[in-house]
Amino acid sequence: MTLYILCFILFLVGIYGLVISRNIIKMVISLTIVEISIFLMLIMIGYISGGIAPVVFDQQILDNQAVVDPLPQTMVLTAIVIALATNSMLLTMAIRLYKKYGTFDIHEISKLKG
Amino acid sequence: MEDKTLIFFIVLPFLAAFSLPLIGLVSEKAESYIVAIISLILMVLSVSSLFNLAESTVYVVGGWYPVEKIPIGIHLVSDGLSKLMLLIVNTLAFFCAVFAIDYIKKYTGQKYFYTLFCLQLAGLNGVVLAGDMFNLFVFMEVASKASYALVAFGVRRTEIEASFKYQVLGGLASLFMLFAITMLYWMTSTLNMADMSLVLSKGLVENGNALRFAQLFLIAGVGIKAAMIPFHAWLPDAHSSAPSPVSAMLSGVVIKVLGIYVLLRLFINVFEPDIFISNVFAVLGGISMTAGVFLAIGAWDLKRLLAYHSISQMGYVMMGIGIGMGILASAGPSATVALTFTAALFHMINHAVFKGLLFLSAGSIEHATGTVNLKGMGGLAKYMPLTMATSFVASMAIAGIPPFNGFFSKFAIIVAAIQGGYHFRAALGFIVGIITLASFLKFQRYAFFGKPQYDFSIKESPFFIKFSLVSLAVLCLAMSLLIFSSIREIVLDPAVNTLLETTGYAIKNLQP
Amino acid sequence: MSVIVRKIAQLLSAMIFVFGMYIVTHGHILPGGGFSGGVLLASAFIVLSLAQGKDHIQLKRQKKITSLYESLSILLVLLLGISGLFAGSLFLFNNYLPKGQPGELLSAGNIPIYNILIGVKVAATLFAIFLALTTYKEEIS
Repeated sequence: MTLYILCFILFLVGIYGLVISRNIIKMVISLTIVEISIFLMLIMIGYISGGIAPVVFDQQILDNQAVVDPLPQTMVLTAIVIALATNSMLLTMAIRLYKKYGTFDIHEISKLKG
Repeated sequence: MEDKTLIFFIVLPFLAAFSLPLIGLVSEKAESYIVAIISLILMVLSVSSLFNLAESTVYVVGGWYPVEKIPIGIHLVSDGLSKLMLLIVNTLAFFCAVFAIDYIKKYTGQKYFYTLFCLQLAGLNGVVLAGDMFNLFVFMEVASKASYALVAFGVRRTEIEASFKYQVLGGLASLFMLFAITMLYWMTSTLNMADMSLVLSKGLVENGNALRFAQLFLIAGVGIKAAMIPFHAWLPDAHSSAPSPVSAMLSGVVIKVLGIYVLLRLFINVFEPDIFISNVFAVLGGISMTAGVFLAIGAWDLKRLLAYHSISQMGYVMMGIGIGMGILASAGPSATVALTFTAALFHMINHAVFKGLLFLSAGSIEHATGTVNLKGMGGLAKYMPLTMATSFVASMAIAGIPPFNGFFSKFAIIVAAIQGGYHFRAALGFIVGIITLASFLKFQRYAFFGKPQYDFSIKESPFFIKFSLVSLAVLCLAMSLLIFSSIREIVLDPAVNTLLETTGYAIKNLQP
Repeated sequence: MSVIVRKIAQLLSAMIFVFGMYIVTHGHILPGGGFSGGVLLASAFIVLSLAQGKDHIQLKRQKKITSLYESLSILLVLLLGISGLFAGSLFLFNNYLPKGQPGELLSAGNIPIYNILIGVKVAATLFAIFLALTTYKEEIS
């Protein structure tokens, strides 16, 4: 149970970093930390102690041994691909913002008011 | 075989999106027409599915049928609420695609627009049809990523800044939703929505506090996507900087599907409605309503004004849903609940139509004069009579003047609030309606009457723009016919019935 | 980059490419499959591009070809998914090719084909993202 609470603390650390950062790249890194904490939590949920990896060739193994839950692993794979798309789009926006405004500081990039 | 029609809503836009770069190598003009044709096919298919499909249809992808009543595959589920949302998504997508044939010509990089538009449409259709939580999340991400790229489409300073804000907040919202899905999987060890509601209702979940924790993260995530008031910071920038067909799609459909539809599906069909959550919705809706309309008073940029009014009208819908859930949870008279849900859903589809029309007419004005600042227009009534007529229809509809559709839905929400005993919320709805009227009279006066502030000649907009504007205006008038019960039974009543039977969703959808 | 870096990158990228193909094609026997194998395939190209530098590689032409690969492979995935509808069954992404013995390389019906196509798609996508980010300076200057 303490492991799950540590994952949640990592989640909160990432959100704190997102709120506090002034640099765009630090915001992207904080968002990555939030994502990674959720992946860790997903994998830990599927763990059964004493289980083998879910690659099974004959049926008799399943009667004697516990197998780790494969569904959260699939979810993590898909979520990693989504996180890749998020990060690459954010970094592209960061490059273009630097070309237009000349700075990475989020307090200076405020042409739209209200 | 009527089962197969469900996959066309998702497969057809994906096919179009991925083959458009290859077609674009051959001829550039064909791309825009193909997107319009595909969305026309989808619109016709969604209208016909209202009449043809059974009450609730389940399509099992890949043939992985449930084993011993435990679902192991991906299910696509279509019931009354999904059919209503499919209708509104595909209709508005068709009109925006037709509008974009003429409008996108002034942007460089036109060939990327159509792929992104089809991806957004595929994602929205997928969210509506998804039968399990993780597919909901994946399609929500597909639609969101396409929206981020579309907001940053004309790559000027303001658009990229608005898109960056939208991306950071939207990404955070998706991560909140993923966290909530993680906790729900931990508690129920299933991802299928029907199965999850069965497990939750049988009382197999030992810790009620963990469920409330997951629900609050869900409300935060969905609230950011639906732009309710503490989380609305991205909406004015994103909707006002995007190109006009994109703004119409975003404000008309995306905040409804990714926000209100997910909320309805999760909180009424999967979780049991309870008093605390319904109060949260009603209070958030009430605050969004008032704050949105007061923020809109000081806006001189036309699209910013319309974006603030989106927040306000979504507040109406949220307040209606909160009132309905509250009466449902405290076992009040079910006629009032039916009226409230009907009013909220009717206002949702009305808002899609007239807000889409307002953004498209703002686009038409921008196409002709090159500005969206209200102080830079004026006297357009002589040169653009069609745009003036259609935007007048839309303004009267959003302000709630009979006989347009906005009047009936707002009136029904206020009557339902009074019947439920929430007099303060009804009075709030009435006052907000009057201030909305004032705001739109300002729009009409500064844009179309008064002295012209520009010095070049204005022509009326080209044919496809006029087609979209006139069709949406006719739809505004035609939708007030939905109050008659014979038409309402086909369109609105199935949706309200799926909401009324709350967790009965599970029993119908766990089929063979 | 200097001569040592370029030569080692050429040798390494060949080995990374072969390892990536191994992960992609054995996706139904070992952990791996389309996504992770695709990332490895892309990294083979990216290491080579980074070592050679902008002067030796025509990045714009490569961007067009990579986008073409990307669109073609995902189109083939969708068409393969729909082809089940024409082969008589009712379902999307149905697994209708003959399934052999579990544990063999040629088994499990449609799945190795999906793995290979997704591997190509992910590799093309990542390489296209890399090219878009590095050719940005050429566009604006």
